[in-house]
Amino acid sequence: MAIVEELHINGSRRVVHADAERSLLSVLRDDLDLTGSKYGCGEGRCGACTVLLDGRAVRSCSTPVSTAADTEIQTIEGLAKDGKLHPLQEAFLKHDALQCGYCTCGMIMSAVALLNRDPDPSREDIVRFMNGNICRCGAYPRILAAIEEAARMMKGGRK
Amino acid sequence: MNERIVDDLLREPERYELFEEAFWGTELDRRAFFRVVGSGLIVACAGSEAIAQQPGRGRRGGFGAAGPKELGAWLHIGEDSAVTVYTGKVEIGQNIRTALTQVVAEELHLPLERIRLVMADTQWTPFDFGTAGSSSTPRMAPQLRRAAAAARELLLDLAAEQGQVKRETLGLQDGKVVTTDGKALFTFGQLTQGKKLMKVIDDTTPTTPAEKWTRAGTSLPKVDGRDFVTGAHRYASDIKRPGMMFGKVLRPPCFKAELLKVQTAEAEKLPGVTVVRDGSFVGVAAATEQEAAKALALLRAQWKTLPQPSSEELFEYLKKHPSRGDGGFGGRGARDSRGSIAAGLKAADRQLQATYTIAYIAHAPMEPRAAVAEWNNGKLTVWTGTQMPFRVRSELARAFDLPEERVRVIVPDMGSGYGGKHSGEAAVEAARLAKAAGKPVKLVWTRQEEFTWAYFRPAGVIEVTAGVTDDGTLTAWECHNYNSGGSALRTPYESANVHTEFHPTDAPLRQGSYRALAATANTFARETHMDDLAHAIGLDPLAFRLKNLKDGRLRAVLETAADRFGWGKGKPADNHGFGIACGTEKGSYVATCAEVAVERGNGRVKVLRVATAFECGAILNPNHLKNQVEGAAVMALGGALFEAIRFANGKILNPRFADYRVPRFADVPLFETVLLDRKDLPSAGAGETPLIALAPAVGNAIFQATGVRLRSLPMAPKGVKAS
Repeated sequence: MAIVEELHINGSRRVVHADAERSLLSVLRDDLDLTGSKYGCGEGRCGACTVLLDGRAVRSCSTPVSTAADTEIQTIEGLAKDGKLHPLQEAFLKHDALQCGYCTCGMIMSAVALLNRDPDPSREDIVRFMNGNICRCGAYPRILAAIEEAARMMKGGRK
Repeated sequence: MNERIVDDLLREPERYELFEEAFWGTELDRRAFFRVVGSGLIVACAGSEAIAQQPGRGRRGGFGAAGPKELGAWLHIGEDSAVTVYTGKVEIGQNIRTALTQVVAEELHLPLERIRLVMADTQWTPFDFGTAGSSSTPRMAPQLRRAAAAARELLLDLAAEQGQVKRETLGLQDGKVVTTDGKALFTFGQLTQGKKLMKVIDDTTPTTPAEKWTRAGTSLPKVDGRDFVTGAHRYASDIKRPGMMFGKVLRPPCFKAELLKVQTAEAEKLPGVTVVRDGSFVGVAAATEQEAAKALALLRAQWKTLPQPSSEELFEYLKKHPSRGDGGFGGRGARDSRGSIAAGLKAADRQLQATYTIAYIAHAPMEPRAAVAEWNNGKLTVWTGTQMPFRVRSELARAFDLPEERVRVIVPDMGSGYGGKHSGEAAVEAARLAKAAGKPVKLVWTRQEEFTWAYFRPAGVIEVTAGVTDDGTLTAWECHNYNSGGSALRTPYESANVHTEFHPTDAPLRQGSYRALAATANTFARETHMDDLAHAIGLDPLAFRLKNLKDGRLRAVLETAADRFGWGKGKPADNHGFGIACGTEKGSYVATCAEVAVERGNGRVKVLRVATAFECGAILNPNHLKNQVEGAAVMALGGALFEAIRFANGKILNPRFADYRVPRFADVPLFETVLLDRKDLPSAGAGETPLIALAPAVGNAIFQATGVRLRSLPMAPKGVKAS
């Protein structure tokens, strides 16, 4: 049985002892207590578990932890720096772009990946990229507005 | 009858709210209160409001006889000036934590961050029937408002006494008692230092009228929003306890299956695995979720199964299987009979008869059912996501034969519910496993389990017969609802001859509450039928509605939505259509206009634009209300156009997001939302009613675009076939 013994998460080396076949999501949540990434469907259809591997969005519920072993993993817990929120987090608050909030961390991480790739997306680009993330409360219009606002903030030189 | 009792009866909850008996369990006396929270000042709400929270029973003792054990909520001001409010309500995403904090802040003239709400913890909060029926705003907000106002009055009394000043010269400002010339005299803590003051208040304490609100009634942000955008907030499924194991439950292959035998030996051989067999319940607990899944897969079970109806024959089944009884809660309230339908139809120039059908749909909350259970010296603590913590406490007490005071249910602000989490399945399962394993156990339902073993919004058949004269007078209105429920079945339109009735039937699936209950189905049938009648006599659908509508509040939203949409001011483009609908339920009012485009060829429907006017009395938080209204419309889009549970022989055929389509970003229309703020009226709840007019507005727009009249929800799972 292959074992994964270390992961690089949010800029730190973390020691783990995880069966390589386990999902990245369960290792993050159960072993490392990083519970911002959520279980929503277990098959990559809702986006609640989204984290970044080397800056790209993946669904951690259907990603074996072995896939993440040699990458830089970024989770919602590492997004704010020294207590200062990321522009996307600020914009989500400003637009009250959530209700129950269960999808929020996955939404924000997907949006980080989008803006990594395309700092100036059109509304159609955002809809296409984000369409794999479900918000059952239906806060979609506010999430779109928050992502557009964060893109503007980040272009304005704020980090 | 006193007005409040009449009001309670009108708001009688529907049978599908899944109520059951619960018992007063909060036996806190004055000494216990202070032992728990420390010295200071306690104000408790008692009396009719608290008791009225318990439907069907519990008026026991009568109004005004309330002691500390019959409290609805209470508020504590500590020696450190901290204000803590205790309420059994649950935050589900409706932002009630923020709204209730605003209400308290208003009366105490405090910044919101100085107030902490302890919610939905059966050990700390007084009994509450549950977070359902749009009741938190109309019921809990006034209670907390009175508690905070009483605390304010008491603080002013204390300050006058301690400061030897005239009470009329004192007021509250930013958490301090100040004189009229702005001099700060005391903090709250200075006044409550060393005291054990307790005041049980009644309905007569004066509170701030809505016209004078400065904190309530404003768009303040979610009080703990930061925790949600940083991942810091812990939902029930995020709770971790020392030594905690992970549980899985063996599910039958279909509903109503009987367990004949099960072999557990292979699973039991795995190191560190506990297998529990208790009647038909079989489950496992292990150190990791993966090991629990492995153990589950090693269980060998034999089941006896039965043939069961399928979704293909659903509507015939409902019509053929009436159940006895009067329809229970809500069913009685839906019955309305006056005049003579036969005479009304005879007087009509046109008659129209049609049948509408409503599919089963799933709540699909993003956080599935989850619980962490922990036993400690014969006491049970469960963290779980439920809208009814006290009901779940009763379920647990019964399941384990415990007195209720040995069971504590804690509901962290949860990953939504939509009426779908009134029960405590995961809590009982986790507790069974934890008891056997001797360690805390976490159990999180898989998405497939949530889609299968939770309950559904009831399916239904609705039959409408109506008559109208050529000048647009509604001469007869007859409507029968089979199974889906009685909510909003009474028509708000005027007619001399009316008969509406709810008919309970046997249900092929487990069914229960769903946001807005049957108001969605009944409003869909009524507003579609009204549209059809308008077209039949060549009247504009808005004009036809207004002609038959006297209710001023409903007229106001209808006219406002139409105005905002530009109704009657232009024709839709080719393949586009405009539709309008309105409705009222649970004391709030909604009207929606929609523009749709239907693609030629594949018949795909895209809702482009939705203009909604909504009115629920005095608004507590306009921005959060707008969020609710638009979110509800998004949710309603799914049930209107494509959501449906398919089933056969006791199996759900589409229990995954890959097969059960919910609204996504690409489905979202442009919203134009107008909120009517009636500061002269009490605040009503707003989490449900904004759903109800969307489906008929969209359907009526599809009719205008295509000439096809759609009478089944969902209307267009595979597009609209051209007529």
